[in-house]
Amino acid sequence: MIPAELSDSAQLIVTDPTGIETGTPLVLAKGVTKSFNGVPALRDGCLELRAGSVHALCGGNGAGKSTFLNILMGILQRDAGSICVKGDEVNFASPNEALNAKISIITQELSPIPGMTVAENIFLGREPKHLKIVVDYPRLFDRTERLLEKLHFDIDPRAPMHRLSLAQTQLVEIAKAFSHQSEIIIMDEPTSAIGENETEILFDAIRSVSTQGAGIIYVSHRLSEIFTIADQYTVFRDGGYIETGLLADIDRRHLVRQIVGRELHAGSRSTSKTDGETVLSVKNLSRQGEFQDISLDVKRGEVLGVYGLIGSGRSEFLNCVFGITKQDSGEATLFGKAIGKGSPGKAIRQGLQMITEDRKATGLVLSSSVAFNTTLAALPKLSFATYIYRKKDRSLMQTMIERMQVKLASPDMDVSGLSGGNQQKVVLAKCMATDPICLLCDEPTRGIDEGAKREVYAFLVNFVAKGGAAIVVSSEAPEVLEVSDRIAIFKKGRLAVVIDGHQASQEELLHLAS
Amino acid sequence: MNQNNRRIRNLLADYGIVIAFFFLCIGLSVANDNFLTWGNWVNILRQTSINGILAIGMTYVILTKGIDLSVGSVLALGGLVTGSLVTGAAPHSAFISMLAGLAVGIALGAVNGALVARLSVAPFVVTLGMLSVARGLTFIYNDGMPIANLSKDFRFIGQGMLGEVPVPVIILAITFFVFWFILKYTTFGRYVYAVGGNERSAKTSGISTRWVIFTVYVISGLLSALAGLILAARTTSALPQAGVAYELDAIAAVVIGGTSLSGGVGTLSGTLVGALIIGVINNGLDLLGVSSYYQQVIKGTIIVAAVLLDVSRKKQV
Repeated sequence: MIPAELSDSAQLIVTDPTGIETGTPLVLAKGVTKSFNGVPALRDGCLELRAGSVHALCGGNGAGKSTFLNILMGILQRDAGSICVKGDEVNFASPNEALNAKISIITQELSPIPGMTVAENIFLGREPKHLKIVVDYPRLFDRTERLLEKLHFDIDPRAPMHRLSLAQTQLVEIAKAFSHQSEIIIMDEPTSAIGENETEILFDAIRSVSTQGAGIIYVSHRLSEIFTIADQYTVFRDGGYIETGLLADIDRRHLVRQIVGRELHAGSRSTSKTDGETVLSVKNLSRQGEFQDISLDVKRGEVLGVYGLIGSGRSEFLNCVFGITKQDSGEATLFGKAIGKGSPGKAIRQGLQMITEDRKATGLVLSSSVAFNTTLAALPKLSFATYIYRKKDRSLMQTMIERMQVKLASPDMDVSGLSGGNQQKVVLAKCMATDPICLLCDEPTRGIDEGAKREVYAFLVNFVAKGGAAIVVSSEAPEVLEVSDRIAIFKKGRLAVVIDGHQASQEELLHLAS
Repeated sequence: MNQNNRRIRNLLADYGIVIAFFFLCIGLSVANDNFLTWGNWVNILRQTSINGILAIGMTYVILTKGIDLSVGSVLALGGLVTGSLVTGAAPHSAFISMLAGLAVGIALGAVNGALVARLSVAPFVVTLGMLSVARGLTFIYNDGMPIANLSKDFRFIGQGMLGEVPVPVIILAITFFVFWFILKYTTFGRYVYAVGGNERSAKTSGISTRWVIFTVYVISGLLSALAGLILAARTTSALPQAGVAYELDAIAAVVIGGTSLSGGVGTLSGTLVGALIIGVINNGLDLLGVSSYYQQVIKGTIIVAAVLLDVSRKKQV
């Protein structure tokens, strides 16, 4: 773990702590169940975590992973089953008790305090103090600096949180978990907001703490990550335990089959049809501090992938084309007509649509119903002099929900009650309701399970096959390779090169982008 | 059994405020014989009309995650401007004078809206400033003097009766219906919810969020001035100190009615019931002879209790 000199009074955590027989698992959970209002969310949660192991907990959305982890962390109480930590039966009533038992968690929901510095955030409530009252800032900064250095995170301990990028914020959250000197660290999608470079740094940090005897429960939808960092795995499906074992004994295909419960067909892509007419054309588009001089075309029947590391300007570029931000110079045109600068409403009327990066922050109105969200962007064509035709509204909503196969109890339920994959389908339904000819997709499968990902890919293939055009931005190389006819590589705000998506390999992408 | 409990809980969640209102009325009618008389109810409704109209505009603003603290001051200035036009040596017609008063409300609301929507100043700060500025202008306008002897035509909107029903109550009913319809059946109404629920998602859905935010403050300004006209007409004089602290009752009505201060959730019918609850409490406590000091304590307690109910209900779901 983090060496003792980081904290003045800390005891070093020893690989083989006294009093515990080697071989006693750090966590042993058996038959854990939990129901909400009579609906079982977890039927049979089982997990065995050993010291020094990185254990991947796999499963689709709704598999019960979150419920299980919440029970382990004391956020929820189990209905039945047993959980032993280092051989002792535990039943945490609050996350604080779990923390005291040296279990910490990194969630995908970040909770920074924007007005405080990095150091204050990491040691919140545990600041070194003079006379137990006044915060000892020099010692606090010093301690943080050593922690970040040890983890190879390039972040200034004195920087205010609100100046940090999303990726840096995520790294701070990770540093915070490591700073607790926990023996058990739960990581729930820790890489969802960070790029490949940061992911490598994080993996090095994980390897270093696990060799020192910590156990890590690693949750991610990115299978390639699981095979890179984890040694053991456990699969949950539909609230139940399915299988556990060593990752060395299985291949990717086997794992996907266990997670999804059925065989998945990789999208069979036809070769690119470059004879189509140009739909979207971008010329010399620039925006100060974000991206410079980008020119590219997308043709009918084509998916253009955009790949780049964090900070390459890929998302900013997409936001600008859609009109969320205004360019400083250059132009984007759809069928030769300029796209309304700074007005997504005009872009939508012209036939453009965008699937945004973060469905909760910029895709959906979570406080409203599924029906409300589905037709929100299409209201202008469903109304006359702002009066909404109720029948048109309902029938379009029904059509879109059926086409996207959103699974729900009623369209009038709150969209926040849906699983991640189904929420993403509502975003797609909302976009398709305006009948776009060109789709801009920013991380269209972020945080959704393997099965739902396949459905999104199939949807994209179908969309362009019917004469549409699409740009797909993704930080996952396999995803870009899967869907793209051509791939544009962004590097430090510039378009480095455009390559053929059918020939490219993952190594090539990484090589070109970094 | 579990199923039944949940059904009752959902029923309470949806109609809790209405049920509370009925219990309140039943309790008061048992406690005092005069409560359940036609005359008393005409009185309650007439008193509620001013706050009800303010609360309608306030609901729009709060739905977009904003707040309008300036309604009381805008009310006073609107009333005073109209009052000055319908009196004097060459009085204007009541109609023209009222249009001028409403225009003042629209203008002040537009200033609020422009500052919030265009320059992204916090609504609390903008409207707190307007609360002071508009009140100051009201005193400057007529050297702090009230304007009395308002014309009979004009007084009709405050004192008149159509059959058995006071005109202010009819104005409230029409205002309610118009703005209820806009909120429920127009794109603008949907956009109000969308902007309050998630402004960034609203923007990516092609909604001109600035325009929506601007417009809700204009609506609030307009309705504040309308309430000011009714108040002046009812009391037969336009007072520069009219409407002090009225924003508090308006916000209370919205909150009791179940609208979330964090935006995106709420209904106008809830607000109307909220305004009626406040009216009934005021009236009932008067009838029971409770001192106005205690009335304030009781009212404050009920506001917090209503929000607590709302919070605990959200936790259960």
